[in-house]
Amino acid sequence: MSAKIITITSGKGGVGKTTATANLGASLADLGYRVVCIDADIGLRNLDVVMGLENRIVYDLVDVVEGHCKLRQAMIRDKHLNDLFLIPAAQTRDKTAVSPQDMVRISDELRQECDWILIDSPAGIERGFRNALAPADVVLVITNPEVSAVRDADRIIGLIEAEEKGPGKLILNRVKPEMVRRGDMLATEDILDVLAIDLIGVIPEDETILISTNRGMAASLDSKSIAGKAYRNIARRLNGEEVPFETLQGRDGFFGRISRLVRAGGVR
Amino acid sequence: MSFFERLRIGRRGTAYTAKQRLQTVLVHDRSGLSPGRLEALKVDMIDTLSRHVEIDRGSVQLSLTKERNQQRLVADIPLASRRSRRRTT
Ligand SMILES: Nc1ncnc2c1ncn2[C@@H]1O[C@H](COP(=O)(O)OP(=O)(O)O)[C@@H](O)[C@H]1O
Ligand SMILES: [Mg+2]
Repeated sequence: MSAKIITITSGKGGVGKTTATANLGASLADLGYRVVCIDADIGLRNLDVVMGLENRIVYDLVDVVEGHCKLRQAMIRDKHLNDLFLIPAAQTRDKTAVSPQDMVRISDELRQECDWILIDSPAGIERGFRNALAPADVVLVITNPEVSAVRDADRIIGLIEAEEKGPGKLILNRVKPEMVRRGDMLATEDILDVLAIDLIGVIPEDETILISTNRGMAASLDSKSIAGKAYRNIARRLNGEEVPFETLQGRDGFFGRISRLVRAGGVR
Repeated sequence: MSFFERLRIGRRGTAYTAKQRLQTVLVHDRSGLSPGRLEALKVDMIDTLSRHVEIDRGSVQLSLTKERNQQRLVADIPLASRRSRRRTT
């Protein structure tokens, strides 16, 4: 095995990185792959609660870095999927406890253990972001259809290019088709016009995200969740499948147009 | 702008405004030149140029544009000539 390393980042906080990591992790594991999710948000760990694994933590990423445990001991197995694991962030330390070189070393060791490594990046452009970026083979940039989030995404895209980790791929999250239809929300096309990046998926604003987070189980494992379905499709695109961009039902099928604008490009 | 154009823009909604504002802010972000720094650059440029040629200070325009992946600083500097007005870019 030699895993593909995907880093999920955004610049702005609160746009959906952790949710995306949990959902893509579950989707890829559900496709039959062995997946390890790493929470790189040291001091503000959250991926554990979103995945519903907060009560199983013994060791964390910093314990691995400092040699207090073996890599395998810090891998927590998911409750629902046998081949999904989490390496949690340390909660009582800060970002300086881990260096970009540490992340590269750990990821290289992990590569032999699994098919996919997903790294949940903290917000910002500082050390935590550099840690998450260093081992990445592919970077997913997530944003919301909102001026400040898109602006920060542009900054991040520039930094990713500068580190020669580009071009990234864009996830547009929390789209409200009805608002786009009446011209009060930036459309996918608008954002693609402005940012120099290819699209890999559009996720609608969806209550099932909060409901599944309440439970600690990814929405992508709920067959009725529209956002979950959109995440499953992104996982398939990552896996190299040509999956048409979904028609999220705006009143006039607005999102149908996206499919003609962009082509899926896998990374495997 | 025709009546109909005005109508159409009126119906565009706030997403249109958002996109325009984004494009402007990104041009400045990407170049590392804020609107204020650009203004300061303009003043310096005018001073330098004025040592060599008489220019129409009030009409100088300096703007950042983007063509494909190339950012460009475009200056429009009208000369203050008694006989004719030439524009150079
Ligand atoms: N598609 C969506 N629909 C509705 N709520 C969402 C969606 N994506 C994310 N959220 C919510 O947005 C908030 C921030 O998400 P999170 O993944 O923690 O962001 P980040 O990790 O980027 O800070 C959470 O409350 C999450 O439930
Ligand atoms: Mg997060």
